[in-house]
Amino acid sequence: MDFVLETKNINKYFEKPVEFHVLKDISFGIKKGEFASIMGKSGSGKSTLLYILSTMDTDYTGELYLNNKLITGQNHHKLSRIRNKNIGFVFQFHYLLSEFSVLENVMLPAKKLAEKSLAEIEHDAMEKLRMLDIEKLAHQRASRISGGEKQRVAIARALINNPSILMGDEPTGNLDSHNSENVFSIFKRLKEEEGLSLLVVTHDEDFAKRTDRIIQMEDGRILD
Amino acid sequence: MINWKVILNIAKTHLLTKMKSTVTASLGVTFGIGAYITLVSFMTGLNEMLDSLILNQTPHIHIYNEIEPSDKQPVALYQEFEDAFNVVNSVKPKQSQKKIHNGLPILNYLKMDKKVFGATPQLRAQIFYLSGSIELGGNLVGVDIMEEARLSNIGDYIIEGTAQELKNSENGILLGAGLAKKMSLRRGDRVQVSTIKGDVFPLKIVGIYQSGIADIDNIQSYANLKTVQRILGEAQNYVTDINVKLYDIEKATAMASSLGKKFQVKATSINEANAQFETGSNIRNLITYAVSITLLIVAGFGIYNILNMLIYEKMKDIAILKATGFSGTDVQLIFMSQAMIIGAVGGILGLLVGFVLSKLIDNVAFETEALPTITTYPINYNIWYYIIGISFALISTFVAGWLPSNKAKRIDPVRIIRGT
Repeated sequence: MDFVLETKNINKYFEKPVEFHVLKDISFGIKKGEFASIMGKSGSGKSTLLYILSTMDTDYTGELYLNNKLITGQNHHKLSRIRNKNIGFVFQFHYLLSEFSVLENVMLPAKKLAEKSLAEIEHDAMEKLRMLDIEKLAHQRASRISGGEKQRVAIARALINNPSILMGDEPTGNLDSHNSENVFSIFKRLKEEEGLSLLVVTHDEDFAKRTDRIIQMEDGRILD
Repeated sequence: MINWKVILNIAKTHLLTKMKSTVTASLGVTFGIGAYITLVSFMTGLNEMLDSLILNQTPHIHIYNEIEPSDKQPVALYQEFEDAFNVVNSVKPKQSQKKIHNGLPILNYLKMDKKVFGATPQLRAQIFYLSGSIELGGNLVGVDIMEEARLSNIGDYIIEGTAQELKNSENGILLGAGLAKKMSLRRGDRVQVSTIKGDVFPLKIVGIYQSGIADIDNIQSYANLKTVQRILGEAQNYVTDINVKLYDIEKATAMASSLGKKFQVKATSINEANAQFETGSNIRNLITYAVSITLLIVAGFGIYNILNMLIYEKMKDIAILKATGFSGTDVQLIFMSQAMIIGAVGGILGLLVGFVLSKLIDNVAFETEALPTITTYPINYNIWYYIIGISFALISTFVAGWLPSNKAKRIDPVRIIRGT
């Protein structure tokens, strides 16, 4: 099987306020070009799992593979680099840098990666903005645009380095139904046109139902 | 792999959008460094002036014949009383002459020495200045005036006339300013002096001498060595003092003691003669540095505060930077470079402010009778103070930036993003 992302026996404990076994033996994989969603009640551990998958949280036991390479145990520098190059992340809140223009926000991860020239990066960023239909906002300050637009800018930023997988932590949780629909169709289109793998944590059942696969979580386990 | 362009761009954007805090923090450094430069330039300028006031009138080594009792009284040489307990009452100084024995050969020897910048003979004579029926006690120093002018800054203290004029006149005198005032004499007038023996000589006033030290100006005058020898009726080898100036003042003490032993004369070095001035300068420098460091530490706390606040404000930005692939070190460098930019800009402005203030002080009139050569406040423009200033600015901002930026480095993005 060709997995983009694969986990083997991931366990995680919270130590505060009391010891709590939050993830229990999580083993699953996301195939290339798959659009998967994780659903579950609050406290079922779905967000915790997502942050482990994103490599930001390293406090767990078990093994995490990205493009069939073991990620677990790498140092922070390498993890930053992997995150930069291979993982795009969209949050419930947009988290744009408010002092920078929309275009600069989108370009920033690519500048960090520094694999392309500035002109190429700018061209790519405009391309992504155009694809998401917000190229006219490129030179606005990030703090001056609407919520739905901000989320689309955040998606463009997540895509700028052409990652292997796009992750979302309730990316539509803060949006009205029109904008949610918009974000969903963008994700759908990315999967179909670009063959991008997506993994989205959501509460929204309608959203989840339209994805390729729903991973149900309960009490730190995946239900099949 | 550190991408400086991106890091500096982010730092620049942060600084520019928070212009008020940036300016406040930089001004803190500017004032600190500016005050340091001004203070240290002014204080050391003043120190140097005060030191030179005394030290320039003191030779590096002063050779003379001390009038003192013999170390060994004759009875000690008498073998018969070797084991006895001898008491000598009413000890008198040893019978000797005031002149330095073999003065001229010593002078020649010194002039050949490679360590010696120059040596001049002097003849100090007790005389009376006669003004009508009034006799004023004082001394007349016979000097080789051109050598003296080359080796010391006596030229600066001749407020009327020149050294050359004294050299050219057979019976000229450079009268002390205090004496001239007391006796209502001016340049071109004549003054009569009398030796202790009672011989009276008229001398022509070719100039007025003012050292700035009233006790000297009230009693001392200068004349040519030959003139004084003639007044005293002594031969041309009669010299009471030899002043030596070295290339390296540090060697004065060692050389003084070796000269003393070699020629059986008293030789004192500048360090023994003026130990208290060194102490005074050191304490003044200490105060200057204490004040400056306090100012810089206050500025450092300002930077620390502002960066700390900035980091709290930017918590979410830091989290997202980390989430999109910036490492902790990158984030730390972003905040460190902000601190360093504040330090560098504030520091360079501080140097400029310090320089301008020093220039201003340098041009403020400062005239005092005690210091005839000084017309404005003294300032020491030493490049080292500027180097120390900018280094201190950079070091203090580095320390002030290190703690907050280290905190930013360790911020866990997951906790910020999930809001726990």
